[in-house]
Amino acid sequence: MTTGIINLDKNKNSSSIMQIKDLICHFSVKSETMFGKKRRLRAVDGINFNVKKGETFGIVGESGCGKSTTAKLVLNMISPTSGEVLYRGLEMTNLKPAKWRALREDMQMIFQDPLGALDPYMTIGKQIKEPLDIHKIGIPRERREKVIKILASVGMEDYMYDRFPHEISGGQRQRAVLARALILEPDLLVCDEPVSALDVSIQAQVINLLKEIQKDRGLTYIFISHDLRIIRYICNRVAVMYLGKIVEEAECGELFKNTAHPYTKALIASIPVPDPSFKKERIILPGEPPSPVNLPRGCRFSPRCPIAIDKCRENEPLLEDKGNNHKVACYRPGEL
Amino acid sequence: MLKQKNAVKEFFRKVPPLIFIAIVWIIAVFLIAIFHKFIMPQDPVATDLVNRLAPPSFMGGDQGFFGTDALGRDTLSRLIRSIYTSLTVAFIGSIITAVLGTIVGFIAAHFKGIVDEILMTLVDFQYAMPFMIMALLVLAFFGNNIILFVILLGIQGWMRFARLARGMALSAQEDGYAVAVKQLGATPFRIYARHIFPNVSNIIIVQFTLNFPQKIIVETSLSFIGLGIQPPETSLGSMMAYGRGYLMSQWWMAVIPGIVIFLTTLAMSIVGDWVRDNLDPTVVK
Repeated sequence: MTTGIINLDKNKNSSSIMQIKDLICHFSVKSETMFGKKRRLRAVDGINFNVKKGETFGIVGESGCGKSTTAKLVLNMISPTSGEVLYRGLEMTNLKPAKWRALREDMQMIFQDPLGALDPYMTIGKQIKEPLDIHKIGIPRERREKVIKILASVGMEDYMYDRFPHEISGGQRQRAVLARALILEPDLLVCDEPVSALDVSIQAQVINLLKEIQKDRGLTYIFISHDLRIIRYICNRVAVMYLGKIVEEAECGELFKNTAHPYTKALIASIPVPDPSFKKERIILPGEPPSPVNLPRGCRFSPRCPIAIDKCRENEPLLEDKGNNHKVACYRPGEL
Repeated sequence: MLKQKNAVKEFFRKVPPLIFIAIVWIIAVFLIAIFHKFIMPQDPVATDLVNRLAPPSFMGGDQGFFGTDALGRDTLSRLIRSIYTSLTVAFIGSIITAVLGTIVGFIAAHFKGIVDEILMTLVDFQYAMPFMIMALLVLAFFGNNIILFVILLGIQGWMRFARLARGMALSAQEDGYAVAVKQLGATPFRIYARHIFPNVSNIIIVQFTLNFPQKIIVETSLSFIGLGIQPPETSLGSMMAYGRGYLMSQWWMAVIPGIVIFLTTLAMSIVGDWVRDNLDPTVVK
């Protein structure tokens, strides 16, 4: 579904729907002393990636690594300090508000906290209908039917239409949020930790629902999570972020099989295995991630890296393709 | 529907007796105002110079329940008419105040930066400037007419609404639902009108109930000094002013409207405070 205002060249770069080029987003932080220098928090510090049409692109990393900022930047909900966000070849970073709003028909987002994302004073049905009202899709009488249809497709009953958000369960709220995003029939859906606020059993339902919808509608997902198990289950390609940079990017299977970056290795080693007798080699990283206001010299991961050498502390490694479409930013890939 | 019925029942169960009396009084006053045409025993401006300055019937008079004034007009009818005028003027004024203040607050919160600075400076200016002085100035310059008077009443207290609305809008903007709706492509107007306003409306309503009695006081004060409602129309304030001249001999002429003003504003303040305490979870009981 494309809007009339913006003519998107759908054939150009037909395989890639979203291109991120050298995206940087810094926030200024108040200095500790009165006349001190203003400092910068480097939330996202130069990332590049391409999202292909129809795939699920995962972004994984621990909290504070810039995942959610990346999500907001991708949808242009905040403006980057520099860099480009190209949606089907359209530069999105300096759009006029009206164009920006029109583009929401093509890209949608679902949020971590479904209760917070729903207006407590409005019924579920009205909230799902709202995108249609906003973008004036269909005639008002038909909108209700469309809502009921979409409710059914996310596994909710008709009577939920007149319920308020506090009257339904967490899983249903996330389904409602999903329905609201899907009713515009977007091409791209950014999921920012869509299941981390839900129970494990509900998590599985919502994830399976997401997969099903993708199969039916050919959606493209950018899936953000800190949970590698979910990433592994749903994603085609994965980028691992650490302190505002992508340290490793590969096809999902490749990443888990031939893990190259020591940080990714440590993350994967931390996945719990549901077998008490299974003794796994665990990699415990010393310390905590440094503050994004005060980054270390050289590789950002070097202070915590078990295999760091002097070179790592001097120069920052670049994200390079090591073959097989497997990109790593490390001087000693695969050596841990 | 069932849930709402239960809520109403629950509401009446936990209302303290004093609040209940106050609510009854307010409802009675409003009913009098609404149906004043039907319950006035006589024309409030019909003079009867033979039966002037009659005392109330409970003090031995034979000219109506509250007696008559110096032109022989029936005091009870005039009181009913006054309640109507005063409440109407105060109510319209309060609505103007609430709308104006809320819009200013939302605009300040939305545009931030220089717009916010200018509007909030205006709010501070209004806080620092006594309203009565401003009202006297405006009425002295522009003369008196009812529309100007109501607009002037509408300005009284707008800054409270503006500050409240700004603060609440600023915090609501960061709430998930506002971000989510913005992300759906909604215009700012839609976000404020359909989402943020309903979410902050109870606090605005409470402020309204606190502002309304102030409006009555301001209206009666201005009418009392002759700058508000003009004869032959009558209001509670102008009735009091009229009765002031006869305070030594016919004291009831000033005291009767005075009691009505006192009880009405007191009842509204009590109820307003109570509503605030019950709606605002941050107030510790």
